[in-house]
Amino acid sequence: MGNKKLLDRDGVRGLIGSLASDIINRNRKNIENICIIGIRNRGDILAERLANHIYKETGIKPPVGAIDITLYRDDLTTIGPRPLIGPSEIPCSIDNRIVILVDDVLYTGRTVRAALDELVDFGRPLRIELAVLVDRGGRELPICPDYVGIKEEVDKRLNVAVYLEEFDGEEGVVVKKEEYGKV
Amino acid sequence: MERFKQKHLLGIEELSRDEIDSILDTAIIMKSVLERRIKKVPTLRGITVANLFFEPSTRTLNSFLIAERRLSADTINVSMSFSSVLKGETLLDTARNLEAMRVDMVVIRHSVPCSPHYLAERISASVINAGDGAHEHPTQALLDMLTLREKFGNIEGLKVSIIGDILHSRVARSLTMGLLKEGADVILCGPPTFLPEWFEDYGVKITYDLKEAIVGRDVIYVLRIQMERQDTAFLPSLREYIRYYSVNRDVLNRYARKDVIIMHPGPVNRGVELAPDVADGPWSLILHQVTNGIAVRMAILYLLSGIGSSGGVE
Repeated sequence: MGNKKLLDRDGVRGLIGSLASDIINRNRKNIENICIIGIRNRGDILAERLANHIYKETGIKPPVGAIDITLYRDDLTTIGPRPLIGPSEIPCSIDNRIVILVDDVLYTGRTVRAALDELVDFGRPLRIELAVLVDRGGRELPICPDYVGIKEEVDKRLNVAVYLEEFDGEEGVVVKKEEYGKV
Repeated sequence: MERFKQKHLLGIEELSRDEIDSILDTAIIMKSVLERRIKKVPTLRGITVANLFFEPSTRTLNSFLIAERRLSADTINVSMSFSSVLKGETLLDTARNLEAMRVDMVVIRHSVPCSPHYLAERISASVINAGDGAHEHPTQALLDMLTLREKFGNIEGLKVSIIGDILHSRVARSLTMGLLKEGADVILCGPPTFLPEWFEDYGVKITYDLKEAIVGRDVIYVLRIQMERQDTAFLPSLREYIRYYSVNRDVLNRYARKDVIIMHPGPVNRGVELAPDVADGPWSLILHQVTNGIAVRMAILYLLSGIGSSGGVE
């Protein structure tokens, strides 16, 4: 089986727009209390784009942050050479705020678990909601997204790769036959 | 950049420039952890670190302890006065016993040069050199380089002078090697008894004239004079040392760049190698060095923990 293109550039942009609308609809009375935090890498780019959409529609631009979950991973006792760590940048106090946590692909849920643990070390949000571009199924933890761009069950031997212009120079979502974790 | 693959931190000599850069990059992230409300991450849960200090130290030991605890490691301390060393236990016995207690990493300070290397060859835990005689003090050099990188953005091309008892200083040796690997321009300065000519073999300039080590330099790194060397052949007269080599406001006003930076590994002998108003003045980065010590040690613990008995084998 070859690579399968799940979304092209317009598909990705359309989904981000509808994710932003869903976030606005659900938090219409609290837009000024939202803070959007993306998981590196690419979740932070999606967070920025979502904030821009929300600004266009409501006139309010929520603060945008990024977290790197490496120091909170649950597989650090098993892997070899340590991954390089990126910075976590939380733009405001998250106490009593509505935090929208953003990632590109939701799979086992382990990354989100780590991100939740890290977030609560920064403060005590009113609530945390989860937005993902692609939900590929295969959960290993009881984690359920609040906003999903596209849901597609993908065989665990395959890899779902998201490309975003700011990071990759191109844009789209591809299901690849490389094994998960080996790319 | 390649991932960090060293199991031990024995000296700056053993590190490549890329590896030094990985440590400094990681340390910058660790420093941001220290600024959070909860200054602790769960990264090294389940990992036990033993601090073996066979020489007196408060600053370095406490810095390692804080770093270990910020990463959620468990720690034990073995210091000279409490340990069975006094009962005649050898270094290797001590280490093997700690290993039998399932210690994953060992931080060691010892007066014998290369004792960390000796341990590293014989136990499965990762070994971190916290100072071995007059040989190396790699975490000090790394925290100094982090401080320089924060201040200047880049170490390459920086003009750094190291002044004092070069011969007996593990700080000078590690820092000189680190700075040279990063492409800095290094001058060593001190009285001839403290600065044998063979130091030129490192690829640095040496001078016995303080003025030459100050004019036009970006950074003046002042070493601690070990007062116990007084009245030896190395340091016949403290007054004479102060007269010719003490870095004070007058010397800086006359010879130094206006924006010169002063560093010192601490603790300062005020009024000996460094005047009090210089140590506390706007030039001084001494307290930044202390904060950066924790960040650099966190980075090293994190990076080494992936390779030793504490981490998985690739």
